[in-house]
Amino acid sequence: MATDTQLDLWEVFIQQKAGGNHTHAGSVHASDKQMALQNARDIYTRRKEGTSIWVIPSQYITASTTEDADMLFDPSDDKLYRHPTFYVMPEGAKQI
Amino acid sequence: MDSLVQTTAFQQKIDQDLNIEPKDHMPDAYRTHLIRQISQHAHSEVIGMQPEGNWITRAPSLRAKQILLAKIQDEGGHGLYLYSAAETLGISREEMLEQLHTSKAKYSNIFNYPTLTWADIGAIGWLVDGAAIVNQVSLQRTSFGPYARAMVRICKEESFHQRQGYEIMANMMKGTAEQREMAQDAMNRFWWPALMMFGPHDSDSPHSGDAFLWKIKRKSNDELRQKFIDKTIDQATLIGLTVPDPELKWNAEIEGYDHGEINWEEFNRVIRGNGPCNKQRMAHHIKYHEEGAWVREAAAAYKQRKNEF
Repeated sequence: MATDTQLDLWEVFIQQKAGGNHTHAGSVHASDKQMALQNARDIYTRRKEGTSIWVIPSQYITASTTEDADMLFDPSDDKLYRHPTFYVMPEGAKQI
Repeated sequence: MDSLVQTTAFQQKIDQDLNIEPKDHMPDAYRTHLIRQISQHAHSEVIGMQPEGNWITRAPSLRAKQILLAKIQDEGGHGLYLYSAAETLGISREEMLEQLHTSKAKYSNIFNYPTLTWADIGAIGWLVDGAAIVNQVSLQRTSFGPYARAMVRICKEESFHQRQGYEIMANMMKGTAEQREMAQDAMNRFWWPALMMFGPHDSDSPHSGDAFLWKIKRKSNDELRQKFIDKTIDQATLIGLTVPDPELKWNAEIEGYDHGEINWEEFNRVIRGNGPCNKQRMAHHIKYHEEGAWVREAAAAYKQRKNEF
């Protein structure tokens, strides 16, 4: 007999409203795509939480770590010119 | 071995009320504490399906049956959120089930009590879920991210559970003398075990020190228990139920109720496996786990054949 298994881990992303982003909701265990989708539906959308579901095997997700955060995100601190509020508009040009 | 720098960085993050995420450095003791607590919480949700499942086929109306089925399905879902949160700490689902089946991991004592009448379903929703909510609301701010997020989701669903339980009790108290007696009997049997759900008094609580330092725990056992007592007594009085504690009285100084001493001997006896239903609960879980093995095998074989990845 094969060793007992609790199947593979999948991550679940839910779109709350049509047109919106898919947001991470949690994980499920499943052996294939279809089962992952069905389990995600049963576990995360019993109360109209979603209009669409994505599932992806957890092993295919690459994530940055907290230690990487400074290197990745600090450089944006000194580039305020990427924000519209950086620019001085002439008097009377409020609609820009 | 944790380096001093890592441990200091970890504690600084905690002190700033930042969440700890699975890939972050954490002391081994923090990880072990969380695995124990979250897996015990998950097991409680799943074992808690049994006492309620006992009444599905005997629910007094189709409405009551639909509601009970939905509630039990929620409990299963809560177990799954929590197992997933625990898995992010590096323990597998298989290991957690193994620990449950060998009694290395525990579950909430309350589920070792039987559900003898329909009123017990009301008492579980109102008192047991009510007590659980008080604890879980506080855990929404626990320091480990996946645990805190699972709690937010669970709390949203639990308020339906508590209201359905209170509705059952309120309806029975509006019924015949026999129904009122049944409701009071359920209250009498579940009140004290519900108070025990918060665990030992703060002075006897073995896991608290580090749990507070690490902000896993935000409020003490006694604080949470007091909160539950204070909000529940008014609800009981409103529908004509008597709280089975002759020593209960209003204390103006703390603006809460003083209560009689909890029977810790009973608490310890049930924890050690000698409650009314401990053996039955575990035998049931093991039986269905083993009988479900062929489903997991078939799923694994199907995956092999599909060869999707």
